[in-house]
Formats: sequence, C-alpha cells, structure tokens
Amino acid sequence: MSKTKEVLIDPLFDNNPIALQVLGICSALAVTTKMETAAVMAIAVTCVLALSNLSVSVLRNHIPPSIRIIVQLTIIASLVIVTDQILKAFLFETSKQLSVFVGLIITNCIVMGRAEAFAMQNSPTRSFIDGIGNGLGYGLVILLVGLFRELFGSGKLFGIEILPLVSEGGWYQPNGLLVLAPAAFFLIGGFIWALRTWKPDQVEEA
Amino acid sequence: MQRNSVIYILGFCVAVCLVCAVIVSSSAVGLKDKQDLNKVLDRQKKVLSVAGIDFKDTASSDEIQSLFSKRIKLVVVDLKTGKVDQAATKDAASFDQQKAKKDPAQSADAPKNLAGVRRVPNKAMVYQVSQKEMGTGGAGFQLEQYIFPIEGKGLWSTLYGYLALESDGNSIKGITFYQHGETPGLGGEVDNPAWKAKWPGRKLFGPQGSSVSSWGEAKITVKKGQAGTPEQDPYQVDGLSGATITGNGVTHLVRFWMGDNGFGKYIRNVVGQAS
Repeated sequence: MSKTKEVLIDPLFDNNPIALQVLGICSALAVTTKMETAAVMAIAVTCVLALSNLSVSVLRNHIPPSIRIIVQLTIIASLVIVTDQILKAFLFETSKQLSVFVGLIITNCIVMGRAEAFAMQNSPTRSFIDGIGNGLGYGLVILLVGLFRELFGSGKLFGIEILPLVSEGGWYQPNGLLVLAPAAFFLIGGFIWALRTWKPDQVEEA
Repeated sequence: MQRNSVIYILGFCVAVCLVCAVIVSSSAVGLKDKQDLNKVLDRQKKVLSVAGIDFKDTASSDEIQSLFSKRIKLVVVDLKTGKVDQAATKDAASFDQQKAKKDPAQSADAPKNLAGVRRVPNKAMVYQVSQKEMGTGGAGFQLEQYIFPIEGKGLWSTLYGYLALESDGNSIKGITFYQHGETPGLGGEVDNPAWKAKWPGRKLFGPQGSSVSSWGEAKITVKKGQAGTPEQDPYQVDGLSGATITGNGVTHLVRFWMGDNGFGKYIRNVVGQAS
C-alpha cells in the first residue's frame, strides 16, 4: 500500500516531471497564460498519461521489443486524438485556445518517458497510478506558473478580475512580460530553485 | 510464438493499429454532430456580439440559434459582380466561406495586396441585421447594419474578424477579431474593448450622407498615435502603442475587404439602389 502511495506522491515533489526530470517544458510555456487553459491541459495530460501507462503496461509482455517505441506512440497518439475530439465537443472555447497544444501532447516527453521508463516494467495498477501521479506533478507546476502569469500579467484568475487594470479604470499596471513565453521560463526556473533548496538531494553534481 | 519473429511483429502491428483506428474513428464520428453544432454556435455568437445584440453567457444553444435566426439574415454575395447570389443564399446556412476559399473551383488567387490575402472566395457571406425581430420567412425585416467577415495578416498571424457597417454602407458600426495570434499586451490589444470603442462613427468612403458616386477607395487608417473624435477625424483610428505592424495590418485588411476585390462592389450596389 505504502508503495502505491509512493508512486502517486513521488512525482509531485520528489520526482517532479518538470522540475526534476525537466520534461514537457514546451507546453508548460504555451498554455500557462491563463489558469483555465492550464487546468484543462493538466487534466488532459493526466488522463492521457494514466491511460497510456495503463495500456502499455497491459501489453508490456506482448509488445515485440524491436517495435516497442512505435507501438507506444500509436497508443499515445490515439488517446490524444480522442482527448482532442472530446474537448472540441464539450469544451469548445477552451479547446480553441489550446489549439495545437492538445495535439502536441503526443510529443510531450512526459507521456512517452513514463511509458518507456515505468509502464514497460510495472504492473497495470501501478503504472496507472504512476500516470496519475506524473500528470498531477505536471499539473501542479503549470497551474502554479499559470497562477502567477494570469494574476500579475492580466490581473485575473480563471477570467475573473482580481486586480482591476489601469486600462479599464483600475489601479493595477499589468506586467506585460508575464504574458509572454519567457516569463514561464523564469517562473519554472524559480520553482526548480525553490524546490532544490527545500530538497537539496535533487541538486545535480556540477 | 517467438516475440521477435517477423510474423508475430507484423500481426501485432496490425492488431494494435486496428484497435486504435476503431477507437479514434468512432470517437471522431460519434462526436461530429456536437462539434459541428459548436462551430455554428460559435460563429453565431460572434456575429451577434459584433451586431451589439445582447445575449447571456449562459444562453443555451437553442436560445442563441433562435435569436440569431430572428435578427440576422444571411446573404451570399458574388464578389465579382457585387450582386446577391439567390441560389446560394437559399443554402446560406451551410455555406462555409473558409472552405470555399480553399476550393480551387470556388475561389481565385487574390491580386497582390498589402493585406496578405492570398485567395479570395468567389462568393462570400454577408450578415444583414434587422432592427426588430423578424417573423417567419423574414417578414418585417428592416435593415439596421451589415456585417462583413474580414481577414488579413498582422505581425505574426492572420487576423480573422468582422466589420459592421451601418445601413449607409459608409459609417463603421464596430469591428472585432475573433481569432489571431498577435503578441498579448501589444498587438493582442485589438481585442481590447477600449480600442474597439474608437471605431464606431468613423467613415470608410466619404463624409456623412455623401452619395455613392462620390466615393473613392476606402480611406480608413489605423494611424500611429492618437486620432481625434469621429467628427474631427473620420478616416483615422488611434494606433496601438507597440503594435504598429498589427495596426497597419488592420488598415490594409479593412481596405482590402472594403475594396473592389472584397465587398466594395456589393456595398456600392446595395446602397446605390437604396438611395
């Protein structure tokens, strides 16, 4: 039991896919200007990750080693297309803002990385939980980044005005840098720094 | 059987592909109706909001559709002649201008232009907004404004939007862009309601009440710096600071679509007839 729990909790801080494994940075820059898109993206990645880990793990003893990568990709790609279709049908507005980045979950290194590194060696249940854990670890970081970027970049959270902007008669002068992609780099960098100060064993030897 | 044998590998590939294909295609087919409805609704909501017709954010799809059909008449216009295409207008609801643009049979290469428009459809949709709610079959239709779809290059991306004109075909009623990838905070400010509010009342072709025959090319410009009130400065709109190229893009695309390669002929035709 404690092992299963470890698989779930580990990726949040101890083995965070973005902060420690440094995977999936591309989408973390692109979808974090708003909390809403970040949240939907986090959920989508978690679902894809959990299901792809599950299916790869179920098939792990049958997949011919010589074509395992392409089989994993086929499964991941199918799951991502289904996710994209569902978003287009039920969350149309958000899916338009996410645009290509839903499709790009296919190339999100976290998904493939976990399928290859974890699901190929572990039981379906553990792989499924590992998928959810890593999805949550990814979600935690992009939501945190989204929180800063939306609040200080456009004075809103989930589209609700928190800090009234000067341009709309309020007092808050938004920080334009935060809505641009480099801001996400700074924030993720800051997050990694904070995390490694808290847990010094994550620091790589120079 | 050996997991490394060629037959096993081929068989495994086929099985995985089959299962994945079934899952993907059934989700695509099963959700298609809902997605198409979303697209139509999305377009209708945008047209309604450019027209200044209020609706609640929470309005159901039926409410939006009935509001749309009561207030807005769809007309398909032949851009070359500037006349309404009656046959196509009957099927206007299913007319897809973006698709027509890509179909070689229904579109032509655009002449060289500053707006970055590559292809122009032969026919295009115009939304005519009625002052009051119409009865069945468009009874009681009284023209309040026209809404034209417009598109063109900004700095990074193609901007897609709508331009609303009053019934005189000369005064701008509003502009909105529903899709673009301009820099947030700079060019992205084309979405800012404060900037969009600078447009109404400006003129495209000539002074208020001028006759169609006196009109030249569309004159509207997004200038660098501040413009006066619509009365003082009828052909200029404030630029967006830090977004000169986006602003120029807006100038060029409005001029292109209001020119002879766009809706220019249609506007002259209908307004000429009405006066």
